[in-house]
Amino acid sequence: MSAVITTAPTRPALRHRLAERGVDRTLLLVLPGALALLALFCYPFLYGLQLSFQPTAGGVFGAYRKFFSDPFSRKSIWATFSLAIPASLINVGASIPISYRMRRDFRGKRIMLAVLVVPITLGTVLTAEGILEFFGPAGWFNRTLHLLGLAASPMRLTMNYTGVLLSLIISGFPFAYLLTHSYLSGIHPSLEKAAATLGAGWWQRFRYVTLPLLLPGLLTTFSLTFVMAFAVFPSALMVGDPDGHTHVISIEAYEAALERFDYAQGCADAMIMTVLMLAVIGALAAARSRMYRGATGGKG
Amino acid sequence: MTATTPSSPPSPSSARASKRPDSQLGRLILRGVSRAYGAHTALHPLDLEITGGEFIALLGPSGCGKTTALNCLAGLLPLTAGEIELDGRRVDTLPPEKRGFGMVFQNYALFPHLTVRANVAFGLKMRGVAKSEIERRVAEVLSLVRLTEHAAKHPAQLSGGQQQRVAIARAIVTEPALVLMDEPLSNLDAALRLAMRGEIRRIHQDFGLTTVYVTHDQEEALSLADRLVVLHDGRVSQIGTPAELYEHPADPHVAAFMGYRNLLPLTVSSADGTTAVAEGDGLRVVGTPAGEPPAAGQQVLVAIRPEDLRVAAEGESAIGEAVAEIVEYHGRVLHVEAATDQGRRLHLKAHETVRPGDRLRVAVDAERALVFPGDAAAASTASAEEAEVAEVEAS
Repeated sequence: MSAVITTAPTRPALRHRLAERGVDRTLLLVLPGALALLALFCYPFLYGLQLSFQPTAGGVFGAYRKFFSDPFSRKSIWATFSLAIPASLINVGASIPISYRMRRDFRGKRIMLAVLVVPITLGTVLTAEGILEFFGPAGWFNRTLHLLGLAASPMRLTMNYTGVLLSLIISGFPFAYLLTHSYLSGIHPSLEKAAATLGAGWWQRFRYVTLPLLLPGLLTTFSLTFVMAFAVFPSALMVGDPDGHTHVISIEAYEAALERFDYAQGCADAMIMTVLMLAVIGALAAARSRMYRGATGGKG
Repeated sequence: MTATTPSSPPSPSSARASKRPDSQLGRLILRGVSRAYGAHTALHPLDLEITGGEFIALLGPSGCGKTTALNCLAGLLPLTAGEIELDGRRVDTLPPEKRGFGMVFQNYALFPHLTVRANVAFGLKMRGVAKSEIERRVAEVLSLVRLTEHAAKHPAQLSGGQQQRVAIARAIVTEPALVLMDEPLSNLDAALRLAMRGEIRRIHQDFGLTTVYVTHDQEEALSLADRLVVLHDGRVSQIGTPAELYEHPADPHVAAFMGYRNLLPLTVSSADGTTAVAEGDGLRVVGTPAGEPPAAGQQVLVAIRPEDLRVAAEGESAIGEAVAEIVEYHGRVLHVEAATDQGRRLHLKAHETVRPGDRLRVAVDAERALVFPGDAAAASTASAEEAEVAEVEAS
């Protein structure tokens, strides 16, 4: 008689089954980051969210109702969009031709690159200070205009909408350029050469080959510069007109929370800002998902 | 085939061919076309005349200037000097989009965001051809390259061979005067490469094309082309028909490329008008001078194909003795790598059983051993090139 006991096929060990689903010890590497995210983002966010539903007056949605019923705070939505959208469009738009040219080597390319990227290292406050000095009524820019006889009285470029827009372009452009440049260099140069041999002039090559392949990357770039511009705060205060045209949502939230000490209102304002930002990013992501997102190399 | 008569009538097997003109191109002349990158000259002045309907192969190892020449023709690289004339009209000053040449890229360069149909239609669209005409011509070309059922797919959904055919279809749909192909088969596996080779020749004939084809694979060039241009270090080594190059290579570089794997640096001991005897490294070869007959005492390179070098029959005079080191089974023949006592390596094909360690007497017919004037340095560069080519082919 055989002593071997035949058993039903055994299931593989738990460790193997987990490993097949990608769960193993290396997953622990995610832990520090995840904990930091929970402690520094999720908790404050949820805390703020619940705080926004506890205003001193007006019930659960009182703070939100107050925001939308006050024309001055309501207008801050328009003020924010009217800064963030043009700034992002200008940043992305300007980065396309520059990155297009920077793909090829030329003398002085490295210096040019440094000049383009240096503003990243400048803080917003420093940039704002610089704008005040340079573009202010007695700044170099106006003095030059005056010397050249191009303007009788100084142009007002600071303490208003233009000042904040300039600051957003100076600080946001390097990011837009770096991203666009990396997307563009991912498109194989042979594709444009192929288009040229097929009779496409430079505009047709850009319109029918480069742009469709670049567009998903441009949308991502736009999203990032938009988020940066939407959260504008220091420059809106320092070179803007915080009680008028550049009274953006972040200032509205700051004033509510730290000048009027209405925390619930400040949180509600911040939540409104978050929802608006997410709506724009969601729309951009939806548009991006309808585009071609495969390889952009030479080999199909 | 000769150098002067291009393949005039397209393949009679194709009904389509009869409907098409023989070729869009009458005569393309390259005069002193050269290209330098700073101090480095990638292509020395190249003179070439191409007749309509011809299939020209630019052959050479990597870095020999063949792709530079092709890019200059396409207009993707400006010329440093020289001019290109197409049917009496100068074209080297035109940008690529104005030349009207089709080009097949090594990596195919298919537009990844467009379907097969849109890829093929691209050139016609750029030329402003009417929509119905575009549809008709694209359908016709797709059926020619047998891709009709894949027309709605994107390039990433196709196999390498299919992508390659899309690239060809895209280049020929505009009925260009000249089709330029840059190593179009180098990304394919061996079996597919062989199949596509036939396909390219068929399309060339069916469409009455004039083709300039760049390759480093001499077998590909010999089997496809009407005429070959062998380049070495940016200079033309030889221009001729496959038979001319195969039988009468002009120099050791061309010989190495044409499969003369044994390049033996020897010294001439005696020579008359038709034969030369060269000796050295324990070998004594009676060979045929290629070009000027060498003088006694002159350094020469003797080039012999492995298939012409054999194990000597009983009583036959041998060029020397060598010990078999590596024996590879190649079906009916064995490929033997043997070394003489002086360490000179010989490659030969054996029809009889040879085992590693066997001492072989090796023989060659005098007309199959080509004697080139030259020295050991030329031999090492030529054989290094050959080794590189063999490596590329094996990979």
